[in-house]
Amino acid sequence: MLVTRRVEFSAAHFCRRPELSENQNRELYGEAANPHGHGHNWVVEVTLEGPPDPVTGMVFDLKALKEILRRTVVEPMDHRFLNYEVPPFDRLAPTAENLAREIWRRVEPEVRAAGRRLHAVRVWETEDFYVDCFGDEP
Amino acid sequence: MMRVTRRYRFSACHRLHAPGLTPSENRAAYGQCNNPFGHGHDYLLEVSAQGPLQPATGRVLNPAALDRLVAHAVLEVFHGRNLNAELPEFAAAPPTSENLASAIRRRLQEGWWEAFPDGEPRLARIRLQETRRNSFEIMEEE
Repeated sequence: MLVTRRVEFSAAHFCRRPELSENQNRELYGEAANPHGHGHNWVVEVTLEGPPDPVTGMVFDLKALKEILRRTVVEPMDHRFLNYEVPPFDRLAPTAENLAREIWRRVEPEVRAAGRRLHAVRVWETEDFYVDCFGDEP
Repeated sequence: MMRVTRRYRFSACHRLHAPGLTPSENRAAYGQCNNPFGHGHDYLLEVSAQGPLQPATGRVLNPAALDRLVAHAVLEVFHGRNLNAELPEFAAAPPTSENLASAIRRRLQEGWWEAFPDGEPRLARIRLQETRRNSFEIMEEE
């Protein structure tokens, strides 16, 4: 069974690569290349997979998952400028793809330590664009 | 491995009517969608592409490239149209959302290589929402 918990946070970012020209950055990242930055209401959906516990009837304690997400995602990222305040985005462009993988890296070990399997991390950058990450490898 | 999804919107009108069925069979099969004058929807289309995260860009694809393909292959073709009267796909087949999703998939596949000549990412999924109460999804084989 799949179980999904959703959290939201608001944060600023821009997407640029320092070795590229202004035109190349605009071509690659569009409006997101504006060096002054802009922001989104990011929505993160974390999906766990496993059988319901025969006693509790739950796949995972959602209170515990909420706490993991608060500590690893919302607390460090909400109302922050990702490029300046949230490593590794000081050296990695905070695209939705990189953000999804970073959240996978933060959440997966905790879910695994609790004996459950992380199935997917979905990051909504806007209502019309989202990314699904199914693992740590590129 | 990562999957990126963009959402697009278009509006079109249609009438569900299968030529091989009698009038009463058509009414039984399609209900009010068989109304001879037709009706329309604001369709919501999700197109998902799957591929490796490119370390140099932090991207699976450039969304602008997908936008150009979808605009050309889908939105310019279907938006503001009468599906029965104007689309060759539906000259004989009824424009159900199942058939419409298949037609969209075919048109995207035809333009995919030109839009993404590197072979990555590949088309992974199409989800077509006809109304808030129904949606239709085609997953490509792994």
